[in-house]
Amino acid sequence: MRILMMGAAVAVLAACGGGDEPSDADADTGTVAEQPAADGAAVLEPGDDFQARLQTMLIEAEEGSTITLPEGTFMMTDGLSLDVDGVTITGAGQGATILDFSGQRGSGEGLLITSDDVTLENFSIQETKGDGIKSKGADRIIYRDLTVEWLGDPDPENGAYGVYPVESTDVLVERVTVRGASDAGIYVGQSNNIIVRDSVAEKNVAGIEIENSTHAEVYGNVVTQNTGGVLVFDLPDLPVMGGNSTRIYNNDIYSNNTPNFAPPGNIVAGVPAGTGVIIMANDKVVVENNRFEDNQTVQVLITAYTEPFTDEDYNPLPRNVVVKGNTYGTGGNNPDGRLAEIAPLLGGSLPPIVWDGVTRWGENEDIDNNIVIDEGEGVGFINIGFGTYPMDLANVSPSMERPGGEAFGELEPVTLSHSE
Amino acid sequence: MRRALLAALTGLLVACGKPVAGPDMDVILADKPARTLAEYGFFQDVSAREPARGVVAYDLINPLFSDHASKHRLVYVPDGEAATYNGDDVFDFPVGSVLIKTFAFAPDMREPEEGERYRETRLLIRKADGWAAYPYVWNEDETEATYAPAGDWLDVAFVDPAGEPVSIEYRVPNQNQCKTCHQMGDDIAPIGPKARNLNHEGPYGKMQLADWSARGILSGLPDAPPAVPSVAGMNASVEGRARAYLDINCAHCHRAEGSASNSGLWLGYDEAEPTKLGIGKHPTAAGRGSGDAVFVVAPGEADNSILTYRMASTEAGIAMPELGRALIDEDGLELVRDWISGMDAY
Repeated sequence: MRILMMGAAVAVLAACGGGDEPSDADADTGTVAEQPAADGAAVLEPGDDFQARLQTMLIEAEEGSTITLPEGTFMMTDGLSLDVDGVTITGAGQGATILDFSGQRGSGEGLLITSDDVTLENFSIQETKGDGIKSKGADRIIYRDLTVEWLGDPDPENGAYGVYPVESTDVLVERVTVRGASDAGIYVGQSNNIIVRDSVAEKNVAGIEIENSTHAEVYGNVVTQNTGGVLVFDLPDLPVMGGNSTRIYNNDIYSNNTPNFAPPGNIVAGVPAGTGVIIMANDKVVVENNRFEDNQTVQVLITAYTEPFTDEDYNPLPRNVVVKGNTYGTGGNNPDGRLAEIAPLLGGSLPPIVWDGVTRWGENEDIDNNIVIDEGEGVGFINIGFGTYPMDLANVSPSMERPGGEAFGELEPVTLSHSE
Repeated sequence: MRRALLAALTGLLVACGKPVAGPDMDVILADKPARTLAEYGFFQDVSAREPARGVVAYDLINPLFSDHASKHRLVYVPDGEAATYNGDDVFDFPVGSVLIKTFAFAPDMREPEEGERYRETRLLIRKADGWAAYPYVWNEDETEATYAPAGDWLDVAFVDPAGEPVSIEYRVPNQNQCKTCHQMGDDIAPIGPKARNLNHEGPYGKMQLADWSARGILSGLPDAPPAVPSVAGMNASVEGRARAYLDINCAHCHRAEGSASNSGLWLGYDEAEPTKLGIGKHPTAAGRGSGDAVFVVAPGEADNSILTYRMASTEAGIAMPELGRALIDEDGLELVRDWISGMDAY
């Protein structure tokens, strides 16, 4: 009897011990414990409740740990999110690990990162209802060997941005493929110190967009079949403005002629189909050693912000823009949008480089935009000579004469604190 | 010996079978959340209907819309301590404070107390290094709520306040989603318990802020704290009510320190700049969420405003707020539409 009672006492102790001491959450939350790999990385097994188990791992991840996604296609029902610093999420490779969000019921993006020092690599994300992968206030992030895509024909119902780092310092995007975004495939906004390289952006409205950001390098990318290839924009009424110091070089920017499928109202809805590069309302931008081919409106467009605005801190003009050493194939032969209205004045087609010639806004004086066209003599250029917006076709004074600006010296190379 | 053992056994059973007397600070401040809600000791009963001593019910002038769920709010401030009054933002609560919010549905939400069932309870705990958010999901019998870091999807059916039967997949947010709405710069923060949203007669039939002060859980209460107009009331202007609605439903993200800071659309009650409020403002990253509209708020044109378009959607990628609702808040939508329609068109 005594022994029995002691046994009972032990059992009771065991039964209620857990209540005092919240412990190992894996065991306690009823989730399936994941197998630790030899190197301490957590390996997620395929199977039931994949979404919940993955999300739990993302929540309970230790700082500095690695989460390994298995090979296969996994149907997601809600957005995923990570808020732990220093975590690496890796998969079996682009196209080998696929997170399919076609059944997504909530959240504004597929994967949201809000912590620092995160690396995302070796997986694909498909068919998110909103943006693909967003990282906000996530410094020193790496997007590497990822695919983010919307399948099928260009569709305004596709999500806006494929890869979407915003409000971050030190952003690296490399060997990433984005297809089908109804805004920008690779979009970096309101950030500082940015490298986008060796990536593929195709069939998006904008291939790569650097917006309201500073110190960016965009190089070694293949940018094709978008509406517009590479955009460097600064927009008013945002917490971070004054975009400057972006260098676009050694990219292959061709056949960006997809009809614009952006929902109206978004700034990129105004991008003419057939545009290689657009520099809008930015300071210190260099477009150098790129190959342009078959962009049927214009290869390089330099423009002011065209809409009315009230933001007193905003400068809508492009300043200190250098275009040099690029190669230009065919193009400008089938202009779209507002530029199509100009083309007839020039025999139906546009030269490779077009500047809107806007030099002032509101009540302000004209400025010297310092536009530098340092290309071979055979490379055509036109200054449309709008002077100011809103544009007035009756008042334009087009000129083929290059503006004769002076180069402002080399931009400082972008160095990222977390990667060479 | 035998008697002693029996006594010990009985003691153990009492200690662990019955909730202990009041909130347990060791559990509240532990590094990890407790497995069950009961372990914190906020309630005298397993179904969380009877708050423990020191756990105080409160409510808000304007709650955030959550698919018509009833919300039962409780605040706990450690004995002998008090939150410090702040006129503009959430009070400064001492370490160990807890905000407890239970979401419930009744079969007919026109009579929300008839057959009400608890579905989830969310905790916001003021730890030494800031607030932490933990979701708990109730079992069928409402005898236990279990920590659910990944949240949950619950099938919920009821007759809505307008008399329409609805059936939804109700989202219990995961822990990160809690933070999405509760983000305050790098930290997380409560949303509701601001002076202006607490300053009315509370569930005990007393002016709530004065009652908190009398209970000793609030210090520094001034003579005339501010109050927002009731969204549901008819005493204030349409603009005042609409702005109060946007304040509680949107501004936790749409402010300089919030999750939607990069949009430049700031919807706090005190925001004075028309463009920041969306009036004549182009979308930033709305994508298809813009519908066919060009401005967030097109004055005089409720049908051409992104704000109302997104409020009127339940589809991921379009619907705003992004989290926390599967249904449209028809009353809120109508109020915001009235506000926009009443503006002078461009």
